[in-house]
Amino acid sequence: MLAKRIIPCLDVRDGKVTKGIKFVENVDIGDPVAMARYYYEQGADEIVFYDITASNERRGIMLDVVRAVAREIFIPFSVGGGLRTLEDMRAVLLAGAEKVSIDSGAVRNPEIITQGAKAFGSQCIVLSMQVKMTGKRQQVPSGYEVIIDGGRTPTGRDAIDWSREGASRGAGEICVNSIDRDGTKDGYELELTRAISDAVGVPVIASGGAGEPAHLRDAFTRGGADAAIVASIVHYGEYPIPELKRYLRGAGVEIREAVNIEERSTL
Amino acid sequence: MIAIVDYKAGNLTSVGRALEHLGHRCEITDRPDRVRSADRVILPGVGAAGATMDNLRALGLDQCLRRDIAAAGKPFLGICIGIQVLLDSSAEDDARCLGIVDGHVERFPASVDGRPLKVPQIGWNRVRQTRTHPLFDGVPDATHFYFVNSYFPVCKDPGVVIGACDYGVPFTAAIAQANVIATQFHLEKSGAAGLRMLDNFCRMKF
Repeated sequence: MLAKRIIPCLDVRDGKVTKGIKFVENVDIGDPVAMARYYYEQGADEIVFYDITASNERRGIMLDVVRAVAREIFIPFSVGGGLRTLEDMRAVLLAGAEKVSIDSGAVRNPEIITQGAKAFGSQCIVLSMQVKMTGKRQQVPSGYEVIIDGGRTPTGRDAIDWSREGASRGAGEICVNSIDRDGTKDGYELELTRAISDAVGVPVIASGGAGEPAHLRDAFTRGGADAAIVASIVHYGEYPIPELKRYLRGAGVEIREAVNIEERSTL
Repeated sequence: MIAIVDYKAGNLTSVGRALEHLGHRCEITDRPDRVRSADRVILPGVGAAGATMDNLRALGLDQCLRRDIAAAGKPFLGICIGIQVLLDSSAEDDARCLGIVDGHVERFPASVDGRPLKVPQIGWNRVRQTRTHPLFDGVPDATHFYFVNSYFPVCKDPGVVIGACDYGVPFTAAIAQANVIATQFHLEKSGAAGLRMLDNFCRMKF
């Protein structure tokens, strides 16, 4: 049986991890490579980086980060934030990321999903969406609306409908981030996650709101998610990944056991 | 020197980085003469069976892999699409494949017992070691490995299967036929266990 994945998320600006990540023994908490290495060793199943660099001129820095991370960790990782063109995606994948995460760029130009899936394969393309409950109405029958530009611009797109279109255009996974829950620690938006999980035939990643281990359990069971993004719940050292995994295993969720195998000295 | 076969698709650099990390020298190449002169050969990557076979044929690598590597007893490791093209044929693109291992490649069903199955399989799944094999040296049975696949190999001879997995349906995850070894899962993306198996392959004596 496929294991449910736990995916720490790191926001990176100008090559540095931004939001207050406290804790951690002997790890430069601003250094995305050191942080990735730390979570890799902790048993993260995957890692996601969001590049929140504001200026276009400094975007190249992220590619250096991706290259350095790819030399250090041997699990999949994805990169999102500001990817608009096929060339943006290609650069990130060639630098060593397993997947690209596209968000606002895909809403503005849905064709990028189709083109990306065709060029690199569906398994590379994660359609990420920021979703807010704005009330049921004709245009947004579920009441869940896609918001772009870092939560600033409403689109009038229904999130369930958009996830269906994304999957049919070739997105290999759908990542659903609830703006209402983000940062609240009240738990994932289960109704939204379940609705999208039921609507698409590809894996769904829940994001936004994790504050305690039971929230992950609920995302996987009631929400039907295949993976869950974690941020502050792990960044502040409250619940290290091994502890989250112990809890989930105890709750009957299939979770990957990271094996400890010493590397041999080279030949 | 280990040759990583470049067939103009898939993520070749990640296997190269993993080998470098382990201290093994490797070269990414699309030239049959370079593949022939390597000590070991790895065919990695993601991609579709049809395009992969077209590219291998166009580069003259199909003959090379069949005759100069597989039949010549040279250590060979296929990963992901690299296991699928070893068989006779694939349901993906109705592709005729290398025919090094008897069997074919099937697609996961859209549903199992009336419940929809998400395809592709993306994520970590347990591999049961159905046979003792040096590829698994130091790796506990039922370890999780990283999979990304819509298709899976079906071997005619169950004797070549060394690893089995379950995704709604049971399927073959690793095979070994003398010097020809292959895994459906991504060794280069499977953490310490995957690195150990890559290292095992690089040290294996045949």
